Formats: sequence, structure tokens, C-alpha cells
Amino acid sequence: MDLSFTPEEEKFRAEVRAWLEANVPAEPLPSFDTAEGFAAHQEWEARLHGAGLSVVTWPVEYGGREASLTEWLIFEEEYYRAGAPGRVGQNGIYLLAPSLFEFGTPEQKARFLPPMARGEEVWAQGWSEPEAGSDLANVHSRAERVDGGWLVSGQKTWSSRAVHGHWLFALVRTDPESVRHHGLTYFLLPLDAPGVTVRGIHQLDGYAGFAEVFLDKVFVPDDQVLGEVGQGWKVAMSTTGSERGLTLRSPGRFLAAADRLVEQAREAGPLDDRLREDVADAWIKARAYQSYTFQTLTRILDGESIGPESSINKIFWSEMDLRLHETALRVLGPAGELVEGAQDAVADGRWADGFLFALAGPIYGGTNEVQRNIIAERVLGLPREPRSKR
Amino acid sequence: MRLGLTPEHRQFGDAVADLLEAHGGAEDVWERLVELGVPAVLVAEEHEGAGGDEVDLLAVLDQAGRAALGEPVVEAAVAARLLAGIGGELAAEWLPKLASGEALVVAAPGPYVPHADRAGLVLVGEGGAWYAVRPEPGSLTVQNSMDPLRRLSAVRVPEGAVPVAEGALAAEAFDRGAALTAVQLVGVARRLVDFAVRYAGERSQYGRPIGSFQGLQHQIADALVDVEFARPAAYKAAYALAKGEPDASLDASGAKALASDAALHAAKVSLQVHGAIGYTMELDLHRWLRRAWSLASAWGDASHHRRAVAAALIG
Repeated sequence: MDLSFTPEEEKFRAEVRAWLEANVPAEPLPSFDTAEGFAAHQEWEARLHGAGLSVVTWPVEYGGREASLTEWLIFEEEYYRAGAPGRVGQNGIYLLAPSLFEFGTPEQKARFLPPMARGEEVWAQGWSEPEAGSDLANVHSRAERVDGGWLVSGQKTWSSRAVHGHWLFALVRTDPESVRHHGLTYFLLPLDAPGVTVRGIHQLDGYAGFAEVFLDKVFVPDDQVLGEVGQGWKVAMSTTGSERGLTLRSPGRFLAAADRLVEQAREAGPLDDRLREDVADAWIKARAYQSYTFQTLTRILDGESIGPESSINKIFWSEMDLRLHETALRVLGPAGELVEGAQDAVADGRWADGFLFALAGPIYGGTNEVQRNIIAERVLGLPREPRSKR
Repeated sequence: MRLGLTPEHRQFGDAVADLLEAHGGAEDVWERLVELGVPAVLVAEEHEGAGGDEVDLLAVLDQAGRAALGEPVVEAAVAARLLAGIGGELAAEWLPKLASGEALVVAAPGPYVPHADRAGLVLVGEGGAWYAVRPEPGSLTVQNSMDPLRRLSAVRVPEGAVPVAEGALAAEAFDRGAALTAVQLVGVARRLVDFAVRYAGERSQYGRPIGSFQGLQHQIADALVDVEFARPAAYKAAYALAKGEPDASLDASGAKALASDAALHAAKVSLQVHGAIGYTMELDLHRWLRRAWSLASAWGDASHHRRAVAAALIG
């Protein structure tokens, strides 16, 4: 056990902190699910990139600085502590990039990673479909082989950032005879290609954060297939491991939220015992999440792979985040329901906005019910639930 | 940055686990733990101890929990550090005895102190201070409790007694007891989850193992989530105490709150999974249930520790 940081890591922290203090916008940017906010967030990503901070763990040639996982955790702590803007490019950075690094050709990496790092090209997820939610393998979109590529048709949905974004990474069935997770292929396709129609879907916060994406014989050349034809499931799964595991939800954001909750509780005046306990519980759990992450980091550095245990992680952070925000709204009392723009809103409605965002946590990235199935059967080895055959 | 046990820690834990598997119910198990050097870990070398720290006890406490050991490993460890802080004749007399097994010294918050009746010296915490009490007729009364293997005595501090520890030293002893008990509770809770998994795989109803029903799968999965998140928090708290970190008290309270909740949760789920047979003395399950209940409230329950954290953070 050694929970200290090296002098180099502390130096990195100081550099990140100093840069953020000098550069984080004083006023929060408009939502990145508006045209104006999207542009402002892209500009922020470009500035981050200019400071070498947009994708710290990536190789230098693609825009990173080859930071260690420990340094990435430090970066995240500082980023959220500073109240820096949300990451408009996070789908690409956290969901697509791990698969690109593992399965991409050198040409694909050189083509797609640098503009992603600069925030120039923002990616939307194209996995879910009307009939493929929790049952993600039930993909119906299909691709037909043509000279030099594929014609992709079908419907994707719940595609975050697709309204203003530029590219879609999609799971599509290339073998019409196949079922379940066989015969799927991972495609990279531009959202302005002929045959693509994007229709925004307004989320609970009122902004079109989701979209339906209709694909009508969209031509995708062979060099925009990621991994081998028919191996799409494997390519996508290398990404979901990282979504549920270490890389998408760092402790930094929860530690920062818990510290702000404590501040809010101090300012609120006398609170009843139950509420005080709930504030303490949120703070305790954010710290516990940090310790759990350090344990995971230690295991990764020791060469262990995390696998289905990442489902434990996903349940914990998503439920913790939601409870934290529920507690925050109770601390605010009558002002808890006031949102952005309201004259009396505390911190311009940040807590209500965070609450709405936290509500999505138990749903996306694989619902928590699916995670519980995974824990039961693949972590604990309980007998499999009989599944219907299709 | 490294949060995890070393191979040496694991070996020590495994030795204790082997001992408990072979002699778990034996009368002389404390003597055997003494032979392995368990109560000597936190005793300094000048007092014939091993000069170790809280981190050196993590694997042992985890295994003690998994084996539902009733012996006062935590209470002896807290006593060792408390005596060292008190110093003087009390330390010189009792620390070598504690390390060698010649006598047992336990420290715990009052009024009910586990294993006080077999101790040579009892350190009892009251009102934020610690008092030394020699067990003799009139100073303690054995109490029946839900966890008989962790036998409780009501310890009476004589009127006008002078505290042997106050202030920071006294407060740190309460934190140490909470943090180390949290580690033990995580072991108890994990074993309760393991029992639930095993039984759910063996028992069939409606023509299939009950563990294939989501209604049980999800309950067990949720219990596991609580246990797995309590463990690194408990390790971190022990580390913070060993290093004297400024936030050690907050970490100890956080760990105990999480571990108490996790153990009570695991106990409830495990009993439910076992059904009627779990509700009997015919299965050993009750030993772990009892330990979860008693340790969840020992050294302050979850609510107590959350309030302590709230007081420190919010004021």
C-alpha cells in the first residue's frame, strides 16, 4: 500500500491545475446540445488540445502526451475540481478511441484520432436501435456488399451528439443469415453522407441531446470498416469494457460534486439529521469510489484484466451519482427545482441539471439490470437464467 | 500509487485462514493466534512486539471475518496502540504480556466490552476518554447477547477514576477500532455473499436452481456491490491511520459506515436466499449472521459514523 503520488505526478497536477485556473471560462458554456453551445465546446476542446490536455493518455503522434493512468486520474480530479466544461467529444474519446487503438489500421488511426483530439470531429454512438436496447445484439440495420464498400440501411436511435456531430460509429449486420452477435460489422460513417437523415430527440433537460439516425443505402467505403467484417461485436465490446470500467467515470467528477454538496450544505443553514447523514453518505461514497478506482488501477498495473467486474463499478457510480444529486436538491429545498435562467436558481440551476444527467446513469452503458445479470452469472458464477432462443 | 496487499500480507492472512479452518471452534484458538504473532503486530519491538502497522493486519482481519472468528483481534490491536500512547508503567507491564499471550488486554467503547471477562486488563472508552479497569468481581457483569462467541461484559468504571487517555490519543483509538472492525466486517460480508451463491446454485425449485432466478440474482449482485466498495475504503482507512494522515478519522468513519451497511445488507440477503433452513441452528450460517449484526454496531454503527462525518464537514 502506498497511496502517495510521485514528485513527477505532483508536478503534472500542478501544471494541470495552473492551466485550468487560468483558462476555465468564468461563466458556464451553453449546453453542447445547442448549436451555439456545441461550437463553444468545440472551441474549448481546441484550447485543451493546444495545452496538451485533451487526451492526455494518448500517444504524442495523435495529440496526447502519453500520460500514465495515474496521471489521467489526477487530470480528471483537477478538471472537475476546476468546474471545467463537459466534454463534447467524450463519446469519441471514451467509446470509439479504445476500439480504434485496438483494431484500427495505421491509416485509420492517423485519419480519425487527431481531429477527434482537437475537437474538430465529434462522434455520435450508433449502436442502439428501436429493437436493440438492453438486448444490443438484436441489431437489424444491415449492409449490402457493393463494389469498394457497403450500402448501409436501417435505423439507429438514442445517438447522443448526432444532431450537431460529424461522424457515427455504428454496429450493422453484414451477414443477413446471422443472428445475435455474429455477423455484425463496425462502421465509421459521416453524418452528412447521402442517405443519412438525423432527427433530434429532446431529452428531459429540453435539449436535443439524442437523435434518431435513419440510414438509407449509405455508401461506406471499405477503409471505414473498423476491425474485420463480421467481428463488430468484438470491436464494440472492447469499448464497453472501458465505458463501464475505469475510463468513462473517473472519481474526480464525483469527488468534486461531493465537495460542492458539502459547501451547499454549509451554506444552507441548519439541516435535519437525516439530511446531514445523506450529505455525509455522498461524500463517503465519492471517496470510496476513489479508493476502489485506485484498487482497480493497482490491479491493471499488476497485469490483471478487469472484465465483468466492471459491472460492479457501473452500478456503484451510477447509483451514487443519482443519490448525491437527489440529496443536493433536498438541501436546496424550495429552490431545488429551479433551473438554468431562473432568477432565484442556486448556481444557475447546476444541481437540477446534474440531477437530470444523473438519472440517465442507471440506463446508459448497459442498464443496471443488465449489469446485475452480468455480476450474478459472470462474476459470481450463479446458474444462467434460461434465455429464449431466436 | 498502490492500493492492495503484498504477497507477504497475503501469506500472513493465509496462515491465519488455515489455522481457523483447522481450529476455528477450538478453545485455545487465541493461543494459536499468539503463536502466529497476531496480537504482537501492533506492539513495538521495544515491548517484544513485531513493530508492524495497521496495514500488516489487513489480510488477517479479512480472514478473521471470513471465518467468523469471535476472538478480539481488533480490541487487542487497539489496546496495543493505546497502551503505547499512554506509555509509562502501564505500557511496560502490559504490552509484553499482550504480545506473548501471557495476558489479554482489550480496548473497546463501553458499556459492553467483548471478552472483558477473560482479559487481564480492560481499557474502556467513555465520553471520549479511556479508563483502565482490572476485571474483578464487581467491576464487570457478563451479558447474554445475540453473538455469544463475542461474549460481552458490562464494565463499570469506578467513580472518580482518572482517564488513562484523552484528547487526540483517545480519539485515534476510537478511529482505529472502527477502521479495523470495518476490515473484519468486509470479510464477514463477503463470506455471507459466497454462502448465498453456493446455496442458490444447489437448491432447486420449479425445476431449476433458485440462483437462476433474477429475483435472487439481483439481490445477491447488489449485496456484492456494497461489499466490494467497502473493502478498499476500509483498507484506505487502515493505511491512513498507519501513516497518521490528517483525514484518517474521516476515512475510518466512512469505512465503518460502508462496512456496517454492507454486512447488514449481505446478512439480510444471505438469510433470504437460504430461506427457512437459514433461519435455524442446523446450518452454520447463523454464526456469520450474528457476527455481522454485532460488528455492525460495535465501535459505532453506520448512522453514528455518518453523523461524525457530517459534523466534521458541515459543522
